[in-house]
Amino acid sequence: MVEVHNVYKSYRRESMEIPALVDISLDVPDGAFVALMGPSGSGKTTLLNLIAGIDRPDRGAIRVGGLNIADLSESGLARWRSRHVGYIFQFYNLLPVLTAFENVELPLLLTGLSRRERRGHVMAALSLVGLEDRMQHYPRQLSGGQEQRVAIARALVTDPTLLVADEPTGDLDRDSARAVLDLLSALNADFGKTILMATHDPRAAERAHTIRRFDKGVLETN
Amino acid sequence: MRLLNLILRNTLRHRLRSLLTALGIGVAVLAFGLLRTVVDAWYAGVAASAQNRLVARNAVSLVFPLPLAYRHQIAVIRGVTGISYGNWFGGVYIDEKNFFAQFAVDPPTYMDLYPEFRMPDAEREAFYRDRKGCAVGRKLAAKYGWRVGDMIRVQGTIYPGDWDFVIRAIYRGAEPSTDETVMFFHWDRLNEEIRRTWGEGAANHVGWYVLRITRPEDAGPISDQVDAMFKNSLAETRTETERAFQMGFVSMAGTIIVALRVISGVVLVIILLVLANTMAMAARERLSEYGVLKTLGFRPGHLIGIIAGESLAIAGLGAALGVALTIPVCNGFAKFVTENLGSFFPVFRLSPETVYLSVGASLAVGLLAALFPCARAVHIKIVDAIRRVD
Repeated sequence: MVEVHNVYKSYRRESMEIPALVDISLDVPDGAFVALMGPSGSGKTTLLNLIAGIDRPDRGAIRVGGLNIADLSESGLARWRSRHVGYIFQFYNLLPVLTAFENVELPLLLTGLSRRERRGHVMAALSLVGLEDRMQHYPRQLSGGQEQRVAIARALVTDPTLLVADEPTGDLDRDSARAVLDLLSALNADFGKTILMATHDPRAAERAHTIRRFDKGVLETN
Repeated sequence: MRLLNLILRNTLRHRLRSLLTALGIGVAVLAFGLLRTVVDAWYAGVAASAQNRLVARNAVSLVFPLPLAYRHQIAVIRGVTGISYGNWFGGVYIDEKNFFAQFAVDPPTYMDLYPEFRMPDAEREAFYRDRKGCAVGRKLAAKYGWRVGDMIRVQGTIYPGDWDFVIRAIYRGAEPSTDETVMFFHWDRLNEEIRRTWGEGAANHVGWYVLRITRPEDAGPISDQVDAMFKNSLAETRTETERAFQMGFVSMAGTIIVALRVISGVVLVIILLVLANTMAMAARERLSEYGVLKTLGFRPGHLIGIIAGESLAIAGLGAALGVALTIPVCNGFAKFVTENLGSFFPVFRLSPETVYLSVGASLAVGLLAALFPCARAVHIKIVDAIRRVD
């Protein structure tokens, strides 16, 4: 369960304070698939970043599984992210010097798993996204859709409770986007993953159970 | 995969850049090593000094002699276990450019005080017996192709005339720092020639005394005792440790040595700037990757390890290249010095300490060069690193 209560977040540009989120409250039950929609600059990525624990709110509370993540120290937050959050970026953000296998293995280096155990987890994740035959390929040798599937495998490999996807289809062609959305839907339906997805693509948003709309940092009422 | 693989892949990501940086460090290490070796060569005499030897010379200047008679008075001082003496000869072998040191000494007592000059017993005996004989260092003999039994002629400058010597012994140094470019011959022969040329008044004088003492910590009191013994005489003495005596020669080139040391320091700064520039470029290019790693849960220690590891890898490669270059260059330079500068640097060798210092300095520079990129990667907010704020 993700609970967001009266969260306010602003950015400073020189001497000006620009509000990005204004008193946002949102509850996301376990196993939900929620799409956050809105134009660029509306605040949806900012809210995703706060829920994923890669940024902190100015005010308000964010509880994930009952834990107020705003209370965690930086290193505590890093540990929490590595165990509970899988983050999917719009531009995949794979490390170009590592193969698909190694990119997926990366989060597991922070666990105490043996090499053999890590290999098992990575193969399972790559198999889930249908890319086990591309595991030795470098990102430059993969298509955009394949790169995003590797990124999803990387987000999944630690079996997190929460998947956070920021415009996961924003840089993909229609077919690749559909494949990625099919994958996210399957992860939600078959594995019960809670998914929060920011998008401004109505076709992507249609896959979610719930759509919440943002405008100028304010969450529109249902 | 381990983080070490990521460090290695990052190091090889821009191969040309990494290679050129390592090469730059290698050239700087070469310059550093060569400069240190030159400075070490200047200090070779100091390094070879024994703690239990004192040198007594004329208090006015080394140019002025001391009476031979002092030896009996000095020898009975408590704590003195041996005494010998010598004179600088200053002859020319064939040509003035063939400079090497020639000392007239009392062979048995002198060699007793300098056990680091090692020679076969048979050659030693032959040298002691033959008043026209001499002992030469291994390097000196090798340079001129001398062998035991060869006769050489040295033209006197301070003591005029042609002086013929038979090489009776070739000594080896006990330590790498032992000077193997010196020629020793009989002081008695020199003394007789002085008596014959300049009369009885000029004879029976020595350039300096060497004393062996029982305990190095007694060097101060014994020196004071020797100097007090001859105070207000016509030839007052100045007694000091052999090390201090040798330092007196080194201090004549003090400004040059300071300059060389400053240049060595500048070379280290150059290495730092070269590597810091490369690491700053690499860190700037990879900020978004650091943001991704942080998002995945990697902590500051991991990022520091990845960045500093890459910096150390390049610095280590540069140090290895530099040391690999320094060894042959130092050998070549030593050969050049021997052939063209005579015995100006009797001991010119790349010391293990210089190699360790070069590698250590390179690695320290590697760590320093990573400081700014590490600080940037650690402190940057994830949202700023991944550069996407919607």
